[in-house]
Amino acid sequence: MNRTDNKEMNKKMPPMDKNGKKPPEFAGKMPPRMRKPDKKTIIRLFSYMGQYKLKLFLVIACIVISAIASVASSLFTQSLIDDYIAPLLLQGTPDYGPLILALVKLAALYIAGILSQLFYSRIMCTVTQGVLKTIRDEMFTHMQTLPIKYFDAHSFGETMSHYTNDADTLRQMISQGVPQFVSSTITIVTVFFSMLSISIWLTLAVLVFVVFVFRMTGGIMKKSRTYFVKQQQSVADVNGYIEEMMNGQRVVKVFNYEDKAMEIFEEKNDELRHNMTVANGNSIIMMPLTNCAGYILYILMAVVGGAMGIAGVHNLSLSGANILTLGMIASFLQLSRSFLQPITQISNQLNSIIMALAGAERIFAMLDEKPETDEGYVTLVNAKYVDGVLTETEEKTRLWAWKHPHHDGTTTYTELKGDIRMFEVDFEYVKGKPVLHDISLYAKPGQKVAFVGATGAGKTTITNLINRFYDIADGKIRYDGININKIKKADLRRSLGIVLQDVNLFTGTVMENIRYGKLDATDEECINAAKLANADGFIRMLPQGYQTVISGDGEGLSQGQRQLISIARAAVADPPVMILDEATSSIDTRTEAIVQKGMDQLMEGRTVFVIAHRLSTVQNSNVIMVLDHGRIIERGTHEELIELGGTYSQLYSGVFELE
Amino acid sequence: MIKKLAGSIRQYKKEGIMTPLFVALESVIEVLIPFFMAKLIDNGIEMGDMSYIIKMALWLLVLTVCAGTFGILAGKTATAGSAGFAKNLRSDMYNHIQTYSFSNIDKFSTTSLVTRLTSDVNNVQMAYQMLTRMAIRSPSMLIFSSVMAFSIDAKISMIFLIFVPLLCGGLMFITLKAHPKFKKVFRTYDDLNLVVQENVRGIRVVKTFNREENEEKKFKGISQTIYELFTSAEKIVAFNSPIMQFSMYSCTILICWLGANAIVASGNNAALGLTTGQLMSLLSYSGQILMSFMMVSMLFVMMTMARASGERICEVLDEQSDITSPENAVTEVKDGSIRFDYVDFSYSRNADKLCLDDIDLEIRSGETVGIIGATGSSKSTLVQLIPRLYDPVKGSVMVGGRDTREYDIKVLRDAVAMVLQKNVLFSGTIKENLRWGKADATDEEIRHVCDLACASEFIESFPEGYDTYIEQGGSNVSGGQKQRLCIARALLKKPKILILDDSTSAVDTKTDAMIRKAFREEIPDTTKLIIAQRISSVMDADKIIIMDDGKIMAFGSHEELMATSDVYREIYESQTNGGAADEQN
Repeated sequence: MNRTDNKEMNKKMPPMDKNGKKPPEFAGKMPPRMRKPDKKTIIRLFSYMGQYKLKLFLVIACIVISAIASVASSLFTQSLIDDYIAPLLLQGTPDYGPLILALVKLAALYIAGILSQLFYSRIMCTVTQGVLKTIRDEMFTHMQTLPIKYFDAHSFGETMSHYTNDADTLRQMISQGVPQFVSSTITIVTVFFSMLSISIWLTLAVLVFVVFVFRMTGGIMKKSRTYFVKQQQSVADVNGYIEEMMNGQRVVKVFNYEDKAMEIFEEKNDELRHNMTVANGNSIIMMPLTNCAGYILYILMAVVGGAMGIAGVHNLSLSGANILTLGMIASFLQLSRSFLQPITQISNQLNSIIMALAGAERIFAMLDEKPETDEGYVTLVNAKYVDGVLTETEEKTRLWAWKHPHHDGTTTYTELKGDIRMFEVDFEYVKGKPVLHDISLYAKPGQKVAFVGATGAGKTTITNLINRFYDIADGKIRYDGININKIKKADLRRSLGIVLQDVNLFTGTVMENIRYGKLDATDEECINAAKLANADGFIRMLPQGYQTVISGDGEGLSQGQRQLISIARAAVADPPVMILDEATSSIDTRTEAIVQKGMDQLMEGRTVFVIAHRLSTVQNSNVIMVLDHGRIIERGTHEELIELGGTYSQLYSGVFELE
Repeated sequence: MIKKLAGSIRQYKKEGIMTPLFVALESVIEVLIPFFMAKLIDNGIEMGDMSYIIKMALWLLVLTVCAGTFGILAGKTATAGSAGFAKNLRSDMYNHIQTYSFSNIDKFSTTSLVTRLTSDVNNVQMAYQMLTRMAIRSPSMLIFSSVMAFSIDAKISMIFLIFVPLLCGGLMFITLKAHPKFKKVFRTYDDLNLVVQENVRGIRVVKTFNREENEEKKFKGISQTIYELFTSAEKIVAFNSPIMQFSMYSCTILICWLGANAIVASGNNAALGLTTGQLMSLLSYSGQILMSFMMVSMLFVMMTMARASGERICEVLDEQSDITSPENAVTEVKDGSIRFDYVDFSYSRNADKLCLDDIDLEIRSGETVGIIGATGSSKSTLVQLIPRLYDPVKGSVMVGGRDTREYDIKVLRDAVAMVLQKNVLFSGTIKENLRWGKADATDEEIRHVCDLACASEFIESFPEGYDTYIEQGGSNVSGGQKQRLCIARALLKKPKILILDDSTSAVDTKTDAMIRKAFREEIPDTTKLIIAQRISSVMDADKIIIMDDGKIMAFGSHEELMATSDVYREIYESQTNGGAADEQN
């Protein structure tokens, strides 16, 4: 009854609230952080673009050129008539020379502008996708280093959304937001100085107005942000539901649950629609609003400037003090419009920027999760005996040794035997809820040690401690006499073959899946492992034999077949210590007997830990430990335990009592 | 495809129409505003006429308010419309997926379905919003400006016509080149999600085998592909604005040159030809024409991306379930008798080996039948044909005396309750999960089935009892508890046929026997099919089927099989001698 006791304890990780209800999957675990994105996030995000410094520099240069080209274009058309066409009309024989020259110059500028536009948009593609790739790779690499605890506490859907939603929002921001920001800034700066050159007073008035507009839009943004939080929650909720239902689609079918499933989905879906409408509706009005603000500024300036101009007020400009002329006011009005335009554009982007920063924050939160710590320094090396002394070697000897460097600079080698001892080990997943008490056990090389016990008795926990998925609270575990905390995790795990109760295969061929246990295994080795696991027979019957591609969830294969493949996968690794955690639960007893024979052969002289609730699986073990509530209550061989007449013998004879 | 997608707009049609309307009104006003501005400057400021300035300012103010109002309205309807459209699209896909048969589900991977329902719908939604806002505005601006330009000087305006083929060609080039790449990008996204999914789900395996680097290599390979594909697709799209600019700038230069010549020829006399004022208007119209063309082209690019997503959505919508209820379907399952009439079955059509080979089997209503057999002997496959999760390739499966293909599927599946081997509980309370079997089940009924499935004891030991919250995938109950909950859920259906596919493997023998006893006493009329590894689970059944390699090897009662089947005897002996009693709790 004990197929999932590692999961059993996992449930305690995310604490349930009082009434035992948990808010829907995502909503509870992913509080969307839409608060003001902090500066660190922005700086950190930009640091990813750091590697493209040169390219970004080129991009900025190109944006400047293309901006100049478009400014030149409008300047030229303004002067076209006065400077070129008017003189032509006055000449008897029109001399087109100056016009041609001007047009050629303009064309040259245009070409430069077009080319730089092409150039920078293409560079931006590389930069955007490059940054995304770096972030994705970093996320994945980092995820690999995270302790199992992280995966206990974070749902799959949540982790997944970092790769999809969050990364997508970043794409939009970098590819559009950044260039727009640069070109807007350039425009704002140029226009600002042009305005100053006309009138400092009027410019100040414009600034005051702009600040006012910012205040106002800031208020709206704040309001719409709260709706974005809701939208984000709904998105998570809907996606989570989709995820869960798609995975459980078969059960839905079997139970005719389609209608109900649609009904619930409809509800969530409509809530999402509603929140989306409100959130986006609030932010989309930013553009017409700032647009309006632009017109109002224009009107204000026209009235004020007009009044000033008519009154002939003294003026101060960059070029010095002068009198404000009507012509100057007219140009100033044009400029003030160009000043607000980029601001409107930026405000239009603000939305996606906020969403992107929120996404970035979530991504960074994951990247900041502490990786599994590993202070181990004892490593596993190939070894051989030279004159009776164990020495390290490059050869693949099938003989392994623990290389143990000491403080005094000496290094000792200990042969890897698979001797595992636990001394008074205590452990708790959650503070205050101990799962294991005072566990002591000795597994000598060549022994088969079995654990039996009820769900939650702590069987899987013990194996989780041996491979250091979790670290013990108190006590000691020694592996060939070495404290396992001193052993490098990778080397420790390399020396352990583990077949878990939940079979996880990967999309790929059957051969690749078996080879997962030992990457450099030859086809022959893989096939031998499969034979040993009694999987060879059915694999050969598959459409393409060992080359049949199976999907990750192994659809098309029965549960038992998947277990056989996972046993083959562990067998090919040929480890000195093997942990079989309910590895044969879905396999029929006859097949199991064959598999067991094979395994016994393979593991001769090595240590095997077996967890099973089928007593026939554990019967021939050298020692059987009966666990109850985290304590070992009985230990001994099958015969000894039967004779003892305790829990084990009751379990064993249970069925006869009933009949 | 567009027609198919547009079918999901439905009740949000109003918004879909209002948005372009509001946008059109907004843009009309926006065209008027510069006109008034020019007047304000020319006649007001230049002339120093304060009262005229104020008059125009007030006019402008009114127009601004109107423009703002229409702009806000357009924004509101655009978001409401597109959010609604997206909602309908999601619902349509989701509901359609509900009609899928098992083999349809096998065809699309779960991750792919999830991305289609999420990311792809998003892309289409964005494009739709853009479309409603720009679809009317840009083309009408284009037409309006072109008409004006031609009315000023048709000859010079011919220039625009030169650039139309260029622009169209450019857009075609971009779409044709970029579209297949975007399509590939999205497919690679599926792969990426798959690797992440498998990695997260199998993180213990990865860590156990120290395969972090291997996984990283796999992931980085895919992320590199996405990088390359996406970059190359976007680089093609990047040609869009330069092509636009090229056309715009060339037009400007050509108009300047031709315009200057025409003015010189006419002596700037309106009667004879082009004037300087007209040239200026022509230039500004050319700007507008190309700007609106630019907008249209941007729309186009966005559509290119959305098209790939749209196609993926349509694939889901177009997939026809291969198992549907027939017309005039039978709506009552008479009893729980089952008959396999020389049935052949295989999962893929062109498999050379059959999963079920010539199965001939008869089970009477109310019988209990045990099924045992080696791993991979098609035990599960056999029972999956009964609720018509798959159709046989040859022969027929009869339930209650009629071919399963004659029934209304819902009726059939209501009558046949099946506890799948790989069973799933859903996030929600225990009660909610159980009610899957019967939506309006009373607490009484729920307790009753839990008693039968020997689940009430542990449920009641939870502090929250039947209201205990189950995590997604049922990860906070043990395997044995999960199985018993699944059995209770199935029992709640009060089925005529109950199928347990290795559903008590994690339950101890004692409890297992109690459950079977409850079945015998409480639901004697229900036909019970029990797949098990343990001989003790099937020993007391009326009949036992031994499956081997897709065939029925032996069929009979325990006594008969003990007498006739060597295999059965062997299994029996190995399990009883070695401890048939081997379970524990």
